[in-house]
Amino acid sequence: MSSFWQNVRRTFRLLTYNKVGFIGLLGVIFFILLSFVGPYVVPLDTQTKVDKIYQPPSSEFWLGTDSEGRDIFSQIVHGGKDVLVVAFLAGFISTTIAVLFGSLSALAGGWVDNAIMALADIVLTIPQFPLLAVLAGLVKFNNVTLLALILGVLSWPALTRAIRAQVLSLREREFVEAARALDLGTRHIILKEILPNMMSYIAINLIFAMTAAIYAQVGLVFLGLVPFSGSNWGVMLSLAWTRGAIFYKGSLWYIMAPVAAIALFQLSLVSFTRLLEEIFNPRLRTSV
Amino acid sequence: MTTTSLAQSTPSRRFDVLYWLRRLSRNFILRRVLMALAKIYVVITLTFFIVRLMPTNPIEAYVNELIDQYGFTYQEARDQAAALYGIDLEASLWTQYLEYMKNLLHGDLGTSYRSKGTPVAKMIAKFLPWTLFSVGVSLLISFTLGMLLGMIMAYRRGSVLDHVLTTIASIFSSIPNYLVGMMILVFLGVQWKIFPITKMRGAMSPGMKPELSWAFIKDIFYHATMPILTYVLTTIGGWMLAMKSNTINTLGEDYVTVAKARGLKESRIITSYVGRNASLPLFTQLAISIGFIVGGSALIEFIFVYQGVGQLLLNSINYRDYPVMQGVFLVITIAVILANFLAEFVYGWLDPRIRVQ
Repeated sequence: MSSFWQNVRRTFRLLTYNKVGFIGLLGVIFFILLSFVGPYVVPLDTQTKVDKIYQPPSSEFWLGTDSEGRDIFSQIVHGGKDVLVVAFLAGFISTTIAVLFGSLSALAGGWVDNAIMALADIVLTIPQFPLLAVLAGLVKFNNVTLLALILGVLSWPALTRAIRAQVLSLREREFVEAARALDLGTRHIILKEILPNMMSYIAINLIFAMTAAIYAQVGLVFLGLVPFSGSNWGVMLSLAWTRGAIFYKGSLWYIMAPVAAIALFQLSLVSFTRLLEEIFNPRLRTSV
Repeated sequence: MTTTSLAQSTPSRRFDVLYWLRRLSRNFILRRVLMALAKIYVVITLTFFIVRLMPTNPIEAYVNELIDQYGFTYQEARDQAAALYGIDLEASLWTQYLEYMKNLLHGDLGTSYRSKGTPVAKMIAKFLPWTLFSVGVSLLISFTLGMLLGMIMAYRRGSVLDHVLTTIASIFSSIPNYLVGMMILVFLGVQWKIFPITKMRGAMSPGMKPELSWAFIKDIFYHATMPILTYVLTTIGGWMLAMKSNTINTLGEDYVTVAKARGLKESRIITSYVGRNASLPLFTQLAISIGFIVGGSALIEFIFVYQGVGQLLLNSINYRDYPVMQGVFLVITIAVILANFLAEFVYGWLDPRIRVQ
């Protein structure tokens, strides 16, 4: 029992090595809870209240009310799930493709390497956001998975190149040579020697891929190129914008609530990578 | 090696040609140019087909409209649409593609479907300069200022200034640029009324003629203030942080220690020893960011109602105006490829070590 608590304390110490990173972790946890548990606690306010349009924050409406007098806070709580799911799925897809293609490219060499690198080069050359804007037309009403797939399939090239370079350099290290000399087999070398050494890199890039996916998806929804509706931070932005929220002083809370939610989530993710860096790379640790 | 000497020792004309071909194929610049052209070709082809695979096409939309609203028969509606849009509907995708490529080789980007008869090239020529202007000025400001601040941060690392700047830089570089743009518009424009946002819309004031006069230059900078502010705020952090870490690494290099030991002037060490070497990797980064910013300009131009190529793209997507969409893609792609090209040469010029023979 005491060893269990020791472990917990050690883990906690490890997590608080980097203050900024720890705050980032707390932020990420907060947004996950808010978006996935929150909807069960806070009911979505769909009732139009003509006498309560653009109210400032109060004890009844924590973040004020929108152009139809509905509670903004409840919309924020209900609007995060899609954004988070698309971000994670897209990040996961692009990272998986990148790891597979990158290591395949480095280990196979020859024409496989050339083909993958040429493909990466072309995908990198096509202007990303405009292409997404066109492809967004394929997304049917509220289809989260397809949007994530499109985002993921377009954003692997940069990481693929980086992974390839990493594998190429790791392959030549002494410990891999030792493993080869011991005849431990290709599978062992890839899974037990090379991959663990790239884990930090992969984890951090997964998070950056997520932030890129948030940038693109919210942008697309905001421009009205993806037919999303209901409660979604991007849809909120778009509605606040098109209903002339920028011209009425009182609408500040309506437009700023989703802006703040997206910006804070992005900031939390980016700060969290700092903690990951220190956990995975003991050499970076500032204090023990 | 042996083949070259063989070719050189043989005076025959046939071998001469082979020899020159071989030398040409080893020519760095030529290979780069060919690669760039190949890339442009692939991107044009891809966008041609991707754009046409989209669910609703402009003619279908128009045909349905005619049938529903004016009681046309299907055939009548189709004829009408074909006449209006000037496209042969019976032609296969492949014929259309060949036709498009043929016209493109003659420098003809086609004409817009929606604003009938307007050449795409003319539309792009009207919108592109504003994107290039706003993005170019922003990059210039954020790149130079970012490098400067990054070096200062590295020299004063651990100081209050360093902490403050690092925090600001990381915050602004992680927030999406369109959100920063919205905040500028909402706070500086609507809430505090520092910027008269309705007057600042567009790329220049109505009635203003493009000319080389002080009034015109002042006007276009005035209208581009908010987009430029947004671009600079969201990109400068990246340059600052990259420059800071590069400078810190460079400061530990032996040649800097040697330069100090030789008693060189501090200003010289900062500029031609530390600065030059630390800024090298940033130039490759610069090319990538040009592509990213031009590509993402649609969002910023939409927010500030700025008549750039991003606006044009958005409009054309909404109308499914294929020729315009393709034209914009083509132009942005060429801009990205050119930027990469330029970056490579600037890099080679700045760093003799990687200069290709």
